Amino acid sequence: MIPDDGYGGMGVSTIRVLIAKPGLDGHDRGAKVVARALRDAGMEVIYTGLHQTPEQIAEAAIQEDVAVVGLSILSGAHNTLVPKVIQLVKAKGGEDVLFLVGGIIPEEDVDFLKSCGVAEVFGPGTPTEHIVEYIRQRVGQRPQPGRGSPGGGP
Amino acid sequence: MAEEWPERKPRFCTISGLPVARVYRPHDLEGFSYVGHLGDPGEYPFTRGIHPTMYRGRLWTMRQFAGFGTAEQSNARYRYLLEQGQTGLSVAFHLPTIMGYDSDHPRAEGEVGRLGVAVDSLADMEILFAGIPLDRVTTSMTINAPAAILLAMYLVVAEKQGASWDRISGTIQNDILKEYIAQKSWIFPPEPSLRIISDIFAFCSECVPRWNTISISGYHIREAGATAVQELAFTLADGITYVQAGIEAGLDVDSFAPRLSFFFNCHNDFFEEIAKFRAARRMWARIMRETFRARNPRSWWLRFHTQTAGCSLTAQQPECNIVRTAFQALAAVLGGTQSLHTNSMDEAWALPSEDAVRIALRTQQIIAEETGVCSTVDPLGGSYYVEHLTNLMEQHAQEYLTTIERMGGMVAAIKAGYPQREIAEAAYQFQRRVERGEYVIVGVNRYRIEEEIRIPLLKVDPEVEKQQIERLRSVRRTRDGREVVRCLRALERAARGSANLMYPILDCVRAYATVGEMVDVLRQVFGEYHEEVIY
Repeated sequence: MIPDDGYGGMGVSTIRVLIAKPGLDGHDRGAKVVARALRDAGMEVIYTGLHQTPEQIAEAAIQEDVAVVGLSILSGAHNTLVPKVIQLVKAKGGEDVLFLVGGIIPEEDVDFLKSCGVAEVFGPGTPTEHIVEYIRQRVGQRPQPGRGSPGGGP
Repeated sequence: MAEEWPERKPRFCTISGLPVARVYRPHDLEGFSYVGHLGDPGEYPFTRGIHPTMYRGRLWTMRQFAGFGTAEQSNARYRYLLEQGQTGLSVAFHLPTIMGYDSDHPRAEGEVGRLGVAVDSLADMEILFAGIPLDRVTTSMTINAPAAILLAMYLVVAEKQGASWDRISGTIQNDILKEYIAQKSWIFPPEPSLRIISDIFAFCSECVPRWNTISISGYHIREAGATAVQELAFTLADGITYVQAGIEAGLDVDSFAPRLSFFFNCHNDFFEEIAKFRAARRMWARIMRETFRARNPRSWWLRFHTQTAGCSLTAQQPECNIVRTAFQALAAVLGGTQSLHTNSMDEAWALPSEDAVRIALRTQQIIAEETGVCSTVDPLGGSYYVEHLTNLMEQHAQEYLTTIERMGGMVAAIKAGYPQREIAEAAYQFQRRVERGEYVIVGVNRYRIEEEIRIPLLKVDPEVEKQQIERLRSVRRTRDGREVVRCLRALERAARGSANLMYPILDCVRAYATVGEMVDVLRQVFGEYHEEVIY
């Protein structure tokens, strides 16, 4: 058995990230662009697809043993769905998971989400490079030059 | 020459990546024929507009997409907009309605009234249109998978107001193909979805002759990251599929084609958008006349609604969005739109506040009343650049149409993930251009400031969810339960057979069956769609 090294048991080379779309919201442009940018930056990205319940997302986060969960919400349901996901992931043993949120989030809700355990909220106009850098810093990963996107095309 | 007159950058292109030359001249329009390419306004192929007089006869319909919280709150917003000079209504439903869940379904938690108005049953719809005479206003409803149900609710409200069905008019979006492609609010798989759509075509051509039975939408395709060419091509390909479905269902093309309408996005690139609208009209006219052999000239018309590009709005320096939206709205008008929604400056943060939506509406009124652009039809017709770009849009869109046809049509292409992949790729490449600074977004990758966002934002009270669930439960308590069961069983029988679904749905609606109950019956019969994830 490979000991948990905080990188999903994949050795120190790869950060594993779950990008998830909770709720009924179908706006997935941002989630897909971020998923691809993280993948192109050498991370191992799992994208849940749309219309996921908090339970499904928590299950995937634990199953896939990810270091980061990125939640994309543009439906206004963030104050309900985000705390639920965090609670469920933590209850299932994902104590050290880094939670990030992207989407349409009014500034006054950002503080609430942070108080629930969200590390950072990335709103419209955020360069994907900032998200990559942020994750590398927080998860303590060196850049991986030369590592392309697994599996080739989009 | 190049050294004597240096240019700012080595290559100029549109936001969609089409090359733009320094200047356009007559030879850029080789083979151009006024009659063949343009025709007068109101004449085939309608490049210059579908009506001879266009805005000299009647201005476009100013139609702001609105809805939030409860039916009472949204009703108040509609009345406010009408008081401010809006000329048509446009309803935004909340996500549970859009996805066919009642407000007390576990999957609706946190979503009730957030992205639109909560409508569970006829009871909500009655409140939503209280005091608004439905025979004197046209209403557009953004609803797709459950479109038949919401149309039925609207018709029953009209009936109760005493407004006869042959006098009311409006639009249901009812465009499921672009849901699979872009907006992703689907319920059933493509085949039963197309059957429901054909049922609506047939029902309306008989019973609600002025209703626009579908709004074939490029808007969401563009929002998902498509280029202007992809928006144009995929929308027309969807339109072709709906016409085929109607014909395969045994309908005469001219019996339903005049009620098909379109819905486009208007993004930042001013001339590219105008060219897109002009090319769309010309292409659709040819498709309907030459491919489908429609004989009624109204079947050749591409009538469209436009919404300025939500994805172009910035969270940074949000007041700048007023300016962006104004230019986009002007392009839509110069492109000959039939109705228009202008986005509010605050929409990268929340649903629009009353103040923000008023400025957005005023933007349209300023274009209509102050700028003079409505005094003549298609003022850009004959411009070397605009005509060249119109030809280019048509040529590139035609290439996509050919590819899709070779794949076996749009449903086959969607199942193969083709348009989804093309759009995801375009979205990613656009993001890269922005991050490299090749495409400038004012306030985002240039001209940034340190700022605190001070515009007041609309808040949806979390109490709305409780209130809505209480109303839903009281409807369930007070209606005739046996009648509801009887109507739902009749709906199930119709769904398993081939009878037109509109009639049993109308009966369910009259019995106050809920959206969730009706959709559950159809889900059981038709199954649910699942997408393969592509990014």
